[in-house]
Amino acid sequence: MSQAAAGAAVGAAVGSATHCPYCALQCGMYVTKGEITPREDIPANAGGLCQKGWTAAELLTSPERLTTPLLHGSPVSWDEALDYVAARIEAIRTEHGSDAVAVFGGGGLTNEKAYQLGKFARVALRTSQIDYNGRFCMSSAAAAVNRAFGMDRGLPFPVTDIARADAVLLAGGNVAETMPPFVRHLTAMRSGGGRLVVIDPRGTQTAKLADLHLQVTPGADLALALGLLHIAIADGYADLDYLAARTTGFEQVRTSVSAWWPERVERVTGVPVARMREAVRILGEAKRAIVLTGRGAEQHAKGTDTVTAFVNLALTLGLPGREGSGYGCVTGQGNGQGGREHGQKADQLPGYRKIDDPAARAHVAAVWGIDPAGLPGPGRSAYELLDALGTPEGPRALLLFGSNPVVSAPRAGHVARRLDALDLLVVADFVLSETAAMADVVLPTTQWAEESGTMTNLEGRVLLRRQAAAPPPGVLGDLEILRGLAERLGCGEKFPADPRTVFDELRRASAGGVADYSGITYERIAAETGVFWPCPDTGEDPHPGTPRPFLDRFATPDGRARLVPVDHRPPAEDVDEEFPLYLTSGRVLAHYQSGAQTRRIRPLTQASPEVFVELHPDLAERLGVAPGDRVRVRSRRGAAEGVARVNASIRPDTLFMPFHWEGVNLLTNPALDPMSRMPEFKVCAAAIERCAEGERVA
Amino acid sequence: MRLVVVGNGMAGARLVSEVRARDKDVKITVFGAEAWQPYNRVLLSNVVAGTSSPDQVRLLDPRWYAEHDVTARLGVAVTAIDRDCRTVVAADGTREPYDVLVIATGSEAVVPPIPGVERATAFRTLDDCDRIRGAAASARSAVVIGGGLLGIEAARGLAGRGVPVTLLHLAGHLMERQLDAEAGLILRETLGALGVAVRTGVTVSAIRERHVELADGELIEAGLVVLACGVRPVVGLARDAGLEVERGIVVDDELRTDDPSIFAIGECAQHAGRVYGLVAPGWEQASVVADLVTGADKNARYRGSRLVTRLKAKSVELAAMGETQLGEDEAEIVRFSHRHRGTYRKLVIRDGRLIGAILLGETSAVGTLTQLFDRGGPLPGDRTGLLFPDLGPVGAAVAGNPTRMPDSARVCQCNNVTKGQIRACWESGARDVEAVAAATRATTGCGSCRDAVEGIVGWLCEQEGVSA
Repeated sequence: MSQAAAGAAVGAAVGSATHCPYCALQCGMYVTKGEITPREDIPANAGGLCQKGWTAAELLTSPERLTTPLLHGSPVSWDEALDYVAARIEAIRTEHGSDAVAVFGGGGLTNEKAYQLGKFARVALRTSQIDYNGRFCMSSAAAAVNRAFGMDRGLPFPVTDIARADAVLLAGGNVAETMPPFVRHLTAMRSGGGRLVVIDPRGTQTAKLADLHLQVTPGADLALALGLLHIAIADGYADLDYLAARTTGFEQVRTSVSAWWPERVERVTGVPVARMREAVRILGEAKRAIVLTGRGAEQHAKGTDTVTAFVNLALTLGLPGREGSGYGCVTGQGNGQGGREHGQKADQLPGYRKIDDPAARAHVAAVWGIDPAGLPGPGRSAYELLDALGTPEGPRALLLFGSNPVVSAPRAGHVARRLDALDLLVVADFVLSETAAMADVVLPTTQWAEESGTMTNLEGRVLLRRQAAAPPPGVLGDLEILRGLAERLGCGEKFPADPRTVFDELRRASAGGVADYSGITYERIAAETGVFWPCPDTGEDPHPGTPRPFLDRFATPDGRARLVPVDHRPPAEDVDEEFPLYLTSGRVLAHYQSGAQTRRIRPLTQASPEVFVELHPDLAERLGVAPGDRVRVRSRRGAAEGVARVNASIRPDTLFMPFHWEGVNLLTNPALDPMSRMPEFKVCAAAIERCAEGERVA
Repeated sequence: MRLVVVGNGMAGARLVSEVRARDKDVKITVFGAEAWQPYNRVLLSNVVAGTSSPDQVRLLDPRWYAEHDVTARLGVAVTAIDRDCRTVVAADGTREPYDVLVIATGSEAVVPPIPGVERATAFRTLDDCDRIRGAAASARSAVVIGGGLLGIEAARGLAGRGVPVTLLHLAGHLMERQLDAEAGLILRETLGALGVAVRTGVTVSAIRERHVELADGELIEAGLVVLACGVRPVVGLARDAGLEVERGIVVDDELRTDDPSIFAIGECAQHAGRVYGLVAPGWEQASVVADLVTGADKNARYRGSRLVTRLKAKSVELAAMGETQLGEDEAEIVRFSHRHRGTYRKLVIRDGRLIGAILLGETSAVGTLTQLFDRGGPLPGDRTGLLFPDLGPVGAAVAGNPTRMPDSARVCQCNNVTKGQIRACWESGARDVEAVAAATRATTGCGSCRDAVEGIVGWLCEQEGVSA
């Protein structure tokens, strides 16, 4: 079959065997003449695809595809567009300094692009002002596990370990909608007698699969985790031998959870003590158990501490670093893992190095052929960067790749005003997203099946994205765009546009770092259907990659995992008389991220046509709202409308809105986690009312 | 500023850490009469029951004080407050000057004036727990005097250790301040089944060598006697210093006594006529005082607490909150009682808000009700769901049955495939799941709908057989 042949033509990263463009599961798929079929050889999906995957190819031929650069809304040639951008950058930095030009990246970009974007910012623009939308995604889990384990690899074990577990606790994740084929692993676990515990304010599709659902009050996940840990210790499930041999800090954590006895936690979380105890029993009696967190637990102004509390629970039960057990976070964006490793973060250099570490600066500067002193220091985090745009102290120009913050940033109305205040906004995208529509210059780029490169999935497995279709005429890849700009800024020779050349440089830059890719090649990825980092270059005798990095030691200086005491506090904005309900947000199955891609695919808009507001029947009754009515949700930051969806499986004090449309993020609270700088997407105070008859959407 | 805290129990220790969290510079000295690090009194019943170990009840690590620059004088009682010199005098003769003084001396166990009472063990401190656990190891019978929350927890804990227990209570029913008579009765029967014989309406006249004697002369065998007859605020220090004291040390909404530089919090304080015997109010008070003395929030005020009582006793689920004793003429009452199963649920509602509740037996509603009570949130018109949260919506079973679900029902969520589409696919020739999957992509996502699709296809095939 031609698929097999195409799969074999690997070295050049061309061929039909590639991966889905959407989430971090990175399902294997064949793309042949615009037709998609699932790959059986990729363990993450093992032949499964959700509707997003099956229909992904429709965007390749979408009439909404951008095929020519736009300058102030009018089509221009690439030379005109890039000349204009380069000239404006030169002018702005001459007048306001290098930090007046900022870069915003995305967690969907390939490793090559993410790497090159970070390098472009520091070397071509010499700006410290670069961050990316992954800050809104993985930063809390990253900060917490770096602190606990010394390494942030989402799942530090193969995803297939889940099927072999006896118990899984999933805190704040709705995988049945966000990455449906992941559920296959959970189903396999359950049919083998394993049990699933889900923590969520809503009775989601995932919660419905669970043996036990803890329906927590929004913003109280941290208290719940502390309560579970308290019970685990009280009920004798602490693995004291493991704690003594492989961790530090248990004593302080044990003391700190003394104040979170179950009955107190019940009052804060609304989760009955008996259910907490049952959850702990399920985990504690399992031979192999896995604790997972998702954005529901992480996207809070205390997200780092919440993840830390779940990590403390996993460590107390003796799970991490034990084959078949562990703690993991379920990464969201397509390259949410790789995208957070190679330097598009404000405080980071390739290989998961820290930008303020002199040794890291020296290593990377050598690879880049520059003086370490010329490397900028740490810059602003994502929301702080967006918030500063166009202000006297902030950047005057922004280059944006692979993101749509007008829809996806918290307090999005304010973010749109900041973007509007810029002297120059440049957006590279393949459709006219809401943010691209505001841009001075729009640069049409290639998309997934039209390009090659590597993606690192939720397991830390580096995968090969192969070019399976020719891009439409007039479109350039992001690497070509960066080279075009670099040439005009006088350093084109440092920015090759060929993905494999960039990857080889990335390997050198990452060598010796936490996320060491130096032993990974396109050929190896193809031959092994993916390679787990860290994988150092060991010359003649190739390193096998590291499916389970913590079996012998953790990546901390002393090799021990650290338990860190943390304490609960209420949401940054709690409910009150004026705004008496919690508002939370999340995904639906048919859409991805800001919806810029999926809202342009017909079967997906048919499946899920518009923004809705999910509310409990008791609340609907009180408001006189019937299913299908238009309702308006307000917070201190804005208002948004949607169609009422009345559902008894949500808490009566909570509203849910999906974030794939402009809407809910007009309301969300940009309060930031002090450590990860994650905004509090998952809870704010809101009010709801029925729209008057005949009233039109604003 | 120099802050002195007298009392290192749950309220005092909490205050110290809250102040330090807000302000790195305040000079803090805390006196604790017990030599222990502060510990969580709430967990003492668990220690007696053996469900928490003594080393799990510590609230602060020994190193905490040094790391946070707090002077801790543990095992040193304060004997006097010299308000003129703004100084406290300790039992060891040392004097500690203060700018702000917080009294958190807590309360002490009430010891009733019964002959032989010295043979009984109070149940208040970690030392008491040690004594009770030690005695329980060899005792062949135990009597607990006092059928309030603590007494019941102690009795249940001892019964769990295999000691036959008799629980003696003066009032007509258990926990008479939190429960109505019917709940008290059902609780008594529940405890009876767990090895705690409950006697209500009885008065103890003496504690003998191996027995407890009742007023009517009856003798009850008791190898161990535990006193749980309530607590009283420790106010001597405040009274001697001339502060206004009624049942507790009288404080205003800032938790200030009539001396503006002296605050009182926790079980020794009396706010708006109320003295609280639970932890939560003390912690709320500590937070207000920390806000005020550090200036973190000069408008912080304490407005009283809503009380939720949760019994911590294995196999006895009980929650009681607010006004539980009101009758139909005073409030809207919703009740479900099933004495045979040990279940009792009662809601007390006024103006559409929950002002009280009792949940005994199964308590899956407790989280929802506690939060409705705490927030004063509006209740649904139909109160049934509040008492029976696990009753699913009517019709759910029908939707799960492939033969009865409507054609528009979505069977495969991942690929948005309805029952109607599967039927259409069957009508055009598909006879198994694989054929349906190939045509509709149903089952190819998460795979959880495989059974449902199989059921629909099987049912259609069956129907075909029937009609053929």
